[in-house]
Amino acid sequence: MNAEKQYIDLYSECRSLIAEHSALVLNARREEAYEDFRRLGFPSQKVERYKYTDVAAAFAPNYGLNLRHIDIPLNPYDVFRCDVPNLSTSLYFVVNDRFYDKALPKATLPEGVEVMSLAEAATKNPHFIEKYYGRLARSSKDGLNALNTMFCQDGLFIHVPKGVVVERPLQIINILRADVDLMVNRRVLIVVEDGAEAKVLFCDHAIDDHQFLATQVSEVYVGENAHLELYELEETHVKSHRFANTYVDQQRSSVATIDSITLHNGLTRNRTDVTLSGEYAETRMFGCVIADKQQHVDNNTLIDHRVPNCQSTELYKYVLDGEAVGAFAGRVLVREGAQKTTSQETNANLVATDTARMYTQPMLEIYADDVKCSHGSTVGQLNDEALFYMRQRGIPDAEARMLLKFAFAGEVLDSITLEPLRDRLHYRVEKRFRGELSKCEGCKLCK
Amino acid sequence: MLEIKNLHASINGKEILKGISLTIRDGEVHALMGQNGAGKSTLSNIIVGHPAYEVTQGSITFNGQDLLAMAPEERAHAGIFLSFQQPVEIPGVSMNNFMRAALNAKRKAQGLEPIPATEFLKLMRERRKIVELDSKLANRSVNEGFSGGEKKRNEIFQMAMLEPSFAILDETDSGLDVDALRIVAEGFNKLRKPETSALVITHYQRLLDYLKPDIIHVLIGGTIVHTGGPEVATMIENGGFEQFIMHNS
Amino acid sequence: MEERSKDNELLREIADKKYEYGFTTDVTTDIIEKGLSEDVVRLISEKKGEPEWLLDFRLKAFRHWQTLEQPTWGHLDMPEIDYQDISYYADPTAQKGQGVGGKEQEIDPELMKTFDKLGIPLEERMALSGMAVDAVMDSVSVKTTFRERLKEKGIIFCSISEAVREHPDLVRQYLGSVVPYRDNFFAALNSAVFSDGSFVYIPKGVRCPMELSTYFRINARGTGQFERTLIVADDDSYVSYLEGCTAPMRDENQLHAAIVEIVVMERAEVKYSTVQNWYPGDKEGKGGVLNLVTKRGHLRGANSRLSWTQVETGSAITWKYPSCVLQGDGSQAEFYSVALTNNFQQADTGTKMIHLGKNTKSTIISKGISAGRSQNAYRGLVRVAKNADGARNYSSCDSLLLGSKCGAHTFPYMDVQNPTAVVEHEATTSKISEDQLFYCNQRGIPLEDAVGLIVNGYAKDVLNKLPMEFAAEAQKLLGVSLEGAVG
Repeated sequence: MNAEKQYIDLYSECRSLIAEHSALVLNARREEAYEDFRRLGFPSQKVERYKYTDVAAAFAPNYGLNLRHIDIPLNPYDVFRCDVPNLSTSLYFVVNDRFYDKALPKATLPEGVEVMSLAEAATKNPHFIEKYYGRLARSSKDGLNALNTMFCQDGLFIHVPKGVVVERPLQIINILRADVDLMVNRRVLIVVEDGAEAKVLFCDHAIDDHQFLATQVSEVYVGENAHLELYELEETHVKSHRFANTYVDQQRSSVATIDSITLHNGLTRNRTDVTLSGEYAETRMFGCVIADKQQHVDNNTLIDHRVPNCQSTELYKYVLDGEAVGAFAGRVLVREGAQKTTSQETNANLVATDTARMYTQPMLEIYADDVKCSHGSTVGQLNDEALFYMRQRGIPDAEARMLLKFAFAGEVLDSITLEPLRDRLHYRVEKRFRGELSKCEGCKLCK
Repeated sequence: MLEIKNLHASINGKEILKGISLTIRDGEVHALMGQNGAGKSTLSNIIVGHPAYEVTQGSITFNGQDLLAMAPEERAHAGIFLSFQQPVEIPGVSMNNFMRAALNAKRKAQGLEPIPATEFLKLMRERRKIVELDSKLANRSVNEGFSGGEKKRNEIFQMAMLEPSFAILDETDSGLDVDALRIVAEGFNKLRKPETSALVITHYQRLLDYLKPDIIHVLIGGTIVHTGGPEVATMIENGGFEQFIMHNS
Repeated sequence: MEERSKDNELLREIADKKYEYGFTTDVTTDIIEKGLSEDVVRLISEKKGEPEWLLDFRLKAFRHWQTLEQPTWGHLDMPEIDYQDISYYADPTAQKGQGVGGKEQEIDPELMKTFDKLGIPLEERMALSGMAVDAVMDSVSVKTTFRERLKEKGIIFCSISEAVREHPDLVRQYLGSVVPYRDNFFAALNSAVFSDGSFVYIPKGVRCPMELSTYFRINARGTGQFERTLIVADDDSYVSYLEGCTAPMRDENQLHAAIVEIVVMERAEVKYSTVQNWYPGDKEGKGGVLNLVTKRGHLRGANSRLSWTQVETGSAITWKYPSCVLQGDGSQAEFYSVALTNNFQQADTGTKMIHLGKNTKSTIISKGISAGRSQNAYRGLVRVAKNADGARNYSSCDSLLLGSKCGAHTFPYMDVQNPTAVVEHEATTSKISEDQLFYCNQRGIPLEDAVGLIVNGYAKDVLNKLPMEFAAEAQKLLGVSLEGAVG
């Protein structure tokens, strides 16, 4: 329990300071989370779901935390210009783990829609937040949830009331900014009520050349007949570590699309758990990982079919180069009585060097008989015949390989319904493969 | 233009070609006929440099260059085009991207700038007409979901785009109905310049009726057993390949 | 809902199906006291008249076992096993006073009758043509047939106890070389207390002229069986080996913790087939054999081949992953499995394919069939090491569900560290097709026959890999276990 000790000590020394800069509803869960964390510690690699990532090692260094809520001198609206042409979004920022509310956009959201600081929401409307906060992401079950619940002071709250359709995508830029090695603990709560619709795009960036360690716990509620598209795009740098746990609950006839794209990172561990609680709900989960150097990307998903007549599809693709390590573990659980479930899971991977390593583990666990479930996973190379065909047409070998890799990853990008974003990502992925760009172009942040 | 001397080649250690010699001059159309397994596709694959085949003896020169020392793409840049017997499907790579990459690679080899986008699209439109290829195909992935006939037409379309000086048609007629065969053959004839030469591989006469080869070779068991004029096709149509085996045994 | 009730009726019918091999043999058996200690390990070794090195091996394994805990990662609800409440040695041949590995002429007629009843005649003139049998009851090999004929070709086929006496150098060279006693909890246990099993050695260049087989029978109450089998196929040799097993019906769980080690040298080929029909417990889930087995083949030589074929229909719990270490360049391994669970049976079975050599190739075909309230899991690992250029694996794991109270699970693990490897896995889970059933019904085939037919068809890819005699047996078994199991 060495890695844990500094966090246990820090919390016991700073509990009042942490509480002071947060909200009651969030504070109410800390002590319990603290006890859970003391009991659980960081999940070890012996735990099946954490087999491929050494969590304790990532948390072992001594990071600074901004528990006093000291302002960061930065106006993201000045420096950040989204480089997705023709994509019109309502733009918000979370700087480290604080919602940036100094100069909110004039974007007019439909009536009743809230996009705001989670701490502020908890102060304004404690009963509402209380009802949802910490219900899906249980600190008693996962050491990372416990740690995040202990330390998180703010984050993002999105609320789309019953029947409201938010046409314009909500874009949230998570910016990591610091002058020292920094740990941030973000919390996200998204409530999309019955019949409501929203598209939410998260972009993760790290703008300083320091070590970052970000934990993020997201709880996402999708009501009856609601539609939610949730995109998470990570373009940080090799010194940043991301531990993101996302929990999604879907009610009857809801449709949730969850897209997770990792283009640049240091170490990333995404855990995404979707619970299908209402019949006729549909989950579409996509992931795309492009990694090289010593990057590490571990996606761990669970789709829990609790009721009959639901549908899930899952597609994750990895391209690994250099000494990158990729891991994918996707579990589809069909509980007793969840008849007429259909589920399809696919994981395909390209391993380009003998120093890169891919672990894949698609899992089906089925307790109902009237189901159609399948999964497939492959690790392999580019199609030799296709390569030769292209070379016969005069396309040089390297270029032909690039085109094929690009096509391979493109299948995941095609799942994105925001057309400008999709087009831009195709372009960015191509650039990524060409090794031309490791940062986005449009913003000062990356200069 | 193309000169093959005493070519021996094998795949997985098994010898398929056992000493082929063949010269194709500028502007000539040669046909290569023979039964399945005679080595026809092996020969075409070797000319374009398929890595699965191993040349154990002999040489191939193309306009004086040692072809066997060149990478497949270099051979393409030099003007060699193969219309594949079974064109591979390449999911996720659109015809547009694919063709542009091919065209620009060739231009680069010739020291030319990449083709401007508008000019490229115009060229695509023009050349598509030659083989009556649907414009929708351009946005689809290479050969993916194409019918057999569409794939063959797509091969000739690519030939139109790349304007090779030497084309190999490897059983381009197989799997084509009468109309598609006409479109493909007429397309090929339209594209032909006086100096363009070709090697046509087929089992049947009907394609040769359109393409009018100057010289026909009969390939049996990895060697050319007979070479003659257009009349050879008729001989085969009437008497099969048996007669040539008899001659040589 | 009429169909539902009819199905339930049929399901009950299957559950009531008698286990054919559930009888006991009344024979005087020398059973040692229950419990496990160093003294017990010494006693077993002494009873077998073993050399010092083997006792050492056992003691090391025992001491290591004491430091281990029973694994819990299987998708199994394992009853607690009291290792002190089991007798680790039972010798049904003791009566004739022959002691160590009773000689052929002295076999108790009761034992002969038992094996006759099981369809395994021990008199060579009665035996199935082309099959040599080593018959093991409880801790002791009763008889091994056709030994003389095999000996002419230089083939050694005998019980492992005898091999220790007659061919100590060979046994010493290979025992524990594929599955070291440190491998896992049950391997350590087996290495400490193993009793009998078969030893096979096929010399260089020899094709074994007949099928070799071992028949395992548990008879005595309150005992565990700790089979140990070792097969060595030297360069350019070939052998096909079969294994069958049954046990009486008892209320308590009986433990079968086996180790099978196979060494395959250059260009040699080994086919290993199992039809496992241990007593599965009653329809309430009471009793049954706990089948906790470590089987592994080491493809040491270049271009060697090994195939595992298993039909698993018995046992209350099956924990078994016949594995292959593909070390020789160009070696090829296969795993074909049908696992059928019914009532309260649980199976967590699959394979491991460890690709170390270049251009190695492995194929995994697994068919799970779950009925009743059973749980059936495929668990498999495919690992391609850094230097295994050109390694190929194809895995296909299908599950068929018959009834809404059972479970079917697939847990494949892939770990690839070589850019030239191609590893493919696919899995499907579905219920038995109503269209197919209806089609059969329309042609006049009754429901229960139709299910048997379809299940057999579903398992055909695997059954086809079995030697003829076994294939028929396996087909019958599937039929017996599943008649009418539609849910």
